[in-house]
Amino acid sequence: MKRLTAAAIGLCLSLGFHASPASAQVEGEPFIHDPSTIVLSDGKYYTFGTRGGGLVSEDGWTWRGGPERPGGGVAPDVIKIGDRYYMSYAVGGGGMSGGHASQVKMMWTRSLDPKSPDFKFHDIGVVASSDGVETVDAIDPAFLYAEGRLWLTYGTYFGPIRIIELDPSTGLRVAGNQPVDVAIDMEATAMMYRDGWYYLLGTHGTCCDGPNSTYHIRVGRSRSPLGPYVDHMGVPLLRGGGKMVVNARGRNIGPGHFGLIELPGGVEKFSMHYEADMNRSGRSVLGIEPLLWKDGWPVAGANVRPGTYEIQSERSGYALGLATDFVRIPFNARASFMAKPTDPVSPVADQTLADNAAVWPQGTTRVDLADYMVRPNQLWTITPVPGAGGYFGAPFYKITIAGTERALAATARNEVETVPRFTGAAEQLWQIDQLTDGSYRIAPKAQSGPKPLALVAIGASTPTLAPFDANSAAGRWTFRLP
Amino acid sequence: MIGKPLVRCLGITGALLLGAGAITAASAGAPAGQEVAKPSLDAYFKPATATPLAPDQDGFLRRWLLLEPISKPNPTNTVFTASYVRQALTQQYFPGQFTAMPRNGQVVKAAEPLRWHALDSTQFDVKLFNFAQALGKPTYGVIFWAVTVVDSPREIRNARMAVGSNSASMWWLNGQEAVGLYNDRRMVMDDVLSDRLTLRKGRNLIRGAVINGPGLSDFCVRFLDEDGRPIRDLKTSLK
Repeated sequence: MKRLTAAAIGLCLSLGFHASPASAQVEGEPFIHDPSTIVLSDGKYYTFGTRGGGLVSEDGWTWRGGPERPGGGVAPDVIKIGDRYYMSYAVGGGGMSGGHASQVKMMWTRSLDPKSPDFKFHDIGVVASSDGVETVDAIDPAFLYAEGRLWLTYGTYFGPIRIIELDPSTGLRVAGNQPVDVAIDMEATAMMYRDGWYYLLGTHGTCCDGPNSTYHIRVGRSRSPLGPYVDHMGVPLLRGGGKMVVNARGRNIGPGHFGLIELPGGVEKFSMHYEADMNRSGRSVLGIEPLLWKDGWPVAGANVRPGTYEIQSERSGYALGLATDFVRIPFNARASFMAKPTDPVSPVADQTLADNAAVWPQGTTRVDLADYMVRPNQLWTITPVPGAGGYFGAPFYKITIAGTERALAATARNEVETVPRFTGAAEQLWQIDQLTDGSYRIAPKAQSGPKPLALVAIGASTPTLAPFDANSAAGRWTFRLP
Repeated sequence: MIGKPLVRCLGITGALLLGAGAITAASAGAPAGQEVAKPSLDAYFKPATATPLAPDQDGFLRRWLLLEPISKPNPTNTVFTASYVRQALTQQYFPGQFTAMPRNGQVVKAAEPLRWHALDSTQFDVKLFNFAQALGKPTYGVIFWAVTVVDSPREIRNARMAVGSNSASMWWLNGQEAVGLYNDRRMVMDDVLSDRLTLRKGRNLIRGAVINGPGLSDFCVRFLDEDGRPIRDLKTSLK
């Protein structure tokens, strides 16, 4: 397996940008290959790719070109430690032009914003290399800062993935540190640390072949940063193991180059590039998906798919619904309970929207939580709203009673109601982020206070808008098919 | 069968009646001809004293004036839609129902004379069924009225009244409707919370009404601060 030639990547990245159809994950001009871990600088989010470019965003949803970094080369990574942004990147290698001689270089700056007076890269030097003869390829560096120590992995399919230790105060290699082999059959690695485990993620498969790229991301873990890393089946990563994290899905093909995104409220997402966005001419684009943790393993989640659902509170198990009079389904209790087993049966019709809506107030109506009864006042249609913006890999949605335009809305007093008709106002737009357990946080786009608010079940039957507590089930919601 | 039956003992008696039969059957708890001693109020209540009473450690209000139950026959709790409950609990049954501060022992003129009782619950909840049972009053098909006064040492903004009730109920703070619990409800703490409200510094009057058909009946009330923590530095009194 070989990487795309430098010339080909250059061609890919230099094509003119143009408006694209709305994607499920990001908007704007998100064209990039080998994105670095997304970091916040001067109020904006930055990621850098192969060659000198990168992307910048104010909300994690709309991404555009503009970031600058010197040095060229491929597949940088960025980490902020103290007031410094350390950037590592590789020059040479990668099989480009047939060679595997490469250097992993380091530099730092206090800002990633080219307009900032603190935007000035300082060269640190080379921290790892491959000579072109040995079976190792020193590219694709990736940082991990954990327990006060700074680690850097690098490598490709041409030999092992290696890990070295850097001095977090200087960015230089720790004196006397020797590289340790930790995996094979990987490139574009990344690391995470969680609950005493070190996770080594890497990209498997074929790169750089558009819709035919088999790129996907796998993971192993170890109690030591130096390994041994094994997957969920106990297969060592040094023997080709790796548990699947994310692969092709929908019209996004060939995910690679994992980068952890830790957001407020305990929300975790990850960045990557898709080798091919089938809605954008099959070009390589930035992707962002929720990150779930299942049995101690990271795995890709998914944005809520447009559709009609019960919205169930993880606190009480009750369903969000219009707070209206309960409408009974006509039912002959005597006949039912006294029926003989051999009596004929026939379907009972679902309650119609018209039957249920007959008792709805005409104007705004509050919502509550109640026993889920598959009733029309409890069925919500989730729909992305084109052009309304979004937040880190997910568009803003409208949440309407199925079959109607009656829309969930935040009130000025931070309660929750429905309005008769969706107008696109900010208080009717909702940010829906999947949480690490697979449930979702639902937050209004319109925020009025210093603390971000989300939909929270403050009582078993009472929803409101309140600060989100990642450690409580009160702010977690599940979208369940009716 | 767990909880409140729509109809009692379906499989055994075949009493598939949504009418008065459910109440009749339930009220006749003892075998025919056998007298069973009524449990006393002491099991769940103490007489209220003149000394203001703090909420319990979880913030639940324990001191209440409880009115002997108003008869409101309902053979099932499934009729307790919001519209029904609102109509049933906002109509006047006795003079001063929404305005007067009752006194212990006072008798009001409803369809029949009913007496107010000043009691301290020994539990986090106020067991209305047992209250009625101990007084030899109807336990099913009834409306209970409850009143207390909360003295707050300071103004508390963005508080919430948190109520659980069996079955449906409505609650007012200082004359303003604060909480409604509708449909056939079980009593669970913090079931329904009010919108954000302000507890005045000093005296705050709470009125509540609980409606019940068949089954047990009780309620619990506490105030939570804007972070969801129980407000405990309150005092309850009945004047």
